[in-house]
Amino acid sequence: MAEIRKSEGFIDWLDQRLAVKAFMRVMMTEYWIPKNINFLWAMGVVLVILFGVLLVTGLLLLMYYKPDINLAFDSVNYTIMQEVEYGWLWRHMHGVAASATFLIIYIHLFTGIYYGSYKKGREMIWITGMVLFIAFSAEAFSGYMLPWGQMSYWAAQVITNLFSGIPVIGDDVVIWIRGDYVVADATLTRFFMLHVVLLPLVIIVVIAVHFYSLRFPHVNNQDSVEFDFDAESKKFLDGDKKESKVVPFWPVFLSKDFFVVGFFMTIFFALVCYHFDFAMDPINFEPANSMKTPAHIYPEWYFLWNYEVLRGFFFDIGGMAAMDIGLIAFVIANIVFMILPFLDRNPMNTAPAHKRPIFKYWFWLLVCDMIVLTVYGKLPPTGMNAWVGFVAAVIFLGLFIALPFITKHEAKGDEQ
Amino acid sequence: MATCQKRRDFIGMALTGVTAVGGVCALGAMKKSWDPLPSVQSAGFVTVDISTIQEGEARSFQWRGKPIFVLRKSADTPKNAKRDVVIGEKIFTLVIGLCTHLGCIPSYDAKKKSFICACHGGVFDASGINTFGPPPRPLDIPPFKISGETLVLGEEGEEYKKLIAKKA
Ligand code: FES
Repeated sequence: MAEIRKSEGFIDWLDQRLAVKAFMRVMMTEYWIPKNINFLWAMGVVLVILFGVLLVTGLLLLMYYKPDINLAFDSVNYTIMQEVEYGWLWRHMHGVAASATFLIIYIHLFTGIYYGSYKKGREMIWITGMVLFIAFSAEAFSGYMLPWGQMSYWAAQVITNLFSGIPVIGDDVVIWIRGDYVVADATLTRFFMLHVVLLPLVIIVVIAVHFYSLRFPHVNNQDSVEFDFDAESKKFLDGDKKESKVVPFWPVFLSKDFFVVGFFMTIFFALVCYHFDFAMDPINFEPANSMKTPAHIYPEWYFLWNYEVLRGFFFDIGGMAAMDIGLIAFVIANIVFMILPFLDRNPMNTAPAHKRPIFKYWFWLLVCDMIVLTVYGKLPPTGMNAWVGFVAAVIFLGLFIALPFITKHEAKGDEQ
Repeated sequence: MATCQKRRDFIGMALTGVTAVGGVCALGAMKKSWDPLPSVQSAGFVTVDISTIQEGEARSFQWRGKPIFVLRKSADTPKNAKRDVVIGEKIFTLVIGLCTHLGCIPSYDAKKKSFICACHGGVFDASGINTFGPPPRPLDIPPFKISGETLVLGEEGEEYKKLIAKKA
């Protein structure tokens, strides 16, 4: 054990026991970030802030929420909204932050795809990021159910029913997940557990791993130039700050991030105060009724593209039931992003999309297709709409099937 | 030294074994905790009176938390010997009112003589057979027993067994 001497102050006292100075150096002041990155790289920090907002507001809501099918609806819509002072604020912040989190996650994700930040040593960052996406999806879904409104109830009914697609044991699995033959009290209480304890814990752990995995390959940059972090950071430390291509995370990089966060939070609070309803479905202000389905069911906006892939296949193809095709497509849509680093077969090219000859079309086609899926996911699945959904779903799957070939072809072009 | 190493290996293996057995048992217990409670499983039998249902009218009842549709077919509604429940002169369709696709509740459209599921556009005919959209199979028939003009839901009566047998 190191020798403990009389401390010269509080920091020194802590430093001798917890090595706080070394910790700060590694985590903050000597964690190097490239200079040539734009505001899109600030989305990670925005997400951290949003997660903090969700956590704090969630704790406040938890004090009055009652996980019981007879009490849940009123505990939210009456107690929290009317009685608890500022209860409305926490609820709207929680709801809007949940929606905003997905908006930022999508921006974060597409930034990564655009700049090729998922490959060349950065695979683990990408994979842990996608695990986070799935964990957040589960968290959002389990939370959506808690107010026990009509839409919550039927969303839970439909989503849990998806598991009946598992061969042989499907129907039993559904009953097992619900703890009842239909979505009922047992379902509510277990989803409550998932939403407030288990999933947040998982998310926190995966966030830590996500950050950790970022340390080794370092942050990608706008032009994806490769440079020697050791040499560049040495320049910076030697006082040659202009020449150096990197800046320390704290205080230089974060100061810029804080600006983006500040800008974002302004919009966020405008939404919370004036347009909170964008994150709330009117049907969810009707108490759940297990004997009546709303005329038209759809999930929150951030799951629409996924939902449209699920229901896009509405007729049987070659002896395969429409439902099974839809389910398989749905499962593929959920995992296909995870394996993106391995589908992109151009090993050299980490350039941003606009510098890649074919990939850029692929990227924008994907974005457009997902927007189409999202829009049509909200429309009733009848007549023309069903066909648009079908075509968009096929294109979505086709894009990922085509990716290895496209990128392989691109790689050949690069060699010449 | 060698004996010492062996002893350590043994302790290591014993510890692994005990942990593995304990872990498997714990997982089993956890799985069981998620199973429906006995009070849910025995959600019992429900008796419903269907004598007052008019021709062409569909009524819904609740059994085990699920909606049960009873439709009394009118003269011009297509019959289906494999699925009809006949009580005297009256012919009924008796099904669990949950779409076999993802479990929404379809509603009966008397004009089109079909059950329409709004969720993903599934359509079932008056006998509960899927005719359009994603539902993979006809609406399920709940176990029932006929006594006079009332149905006992949850009990497997003669009529029910016959219907199920016909399907096979
Ligand atoms: S749940 Fe009825 S069509 Fe999907």
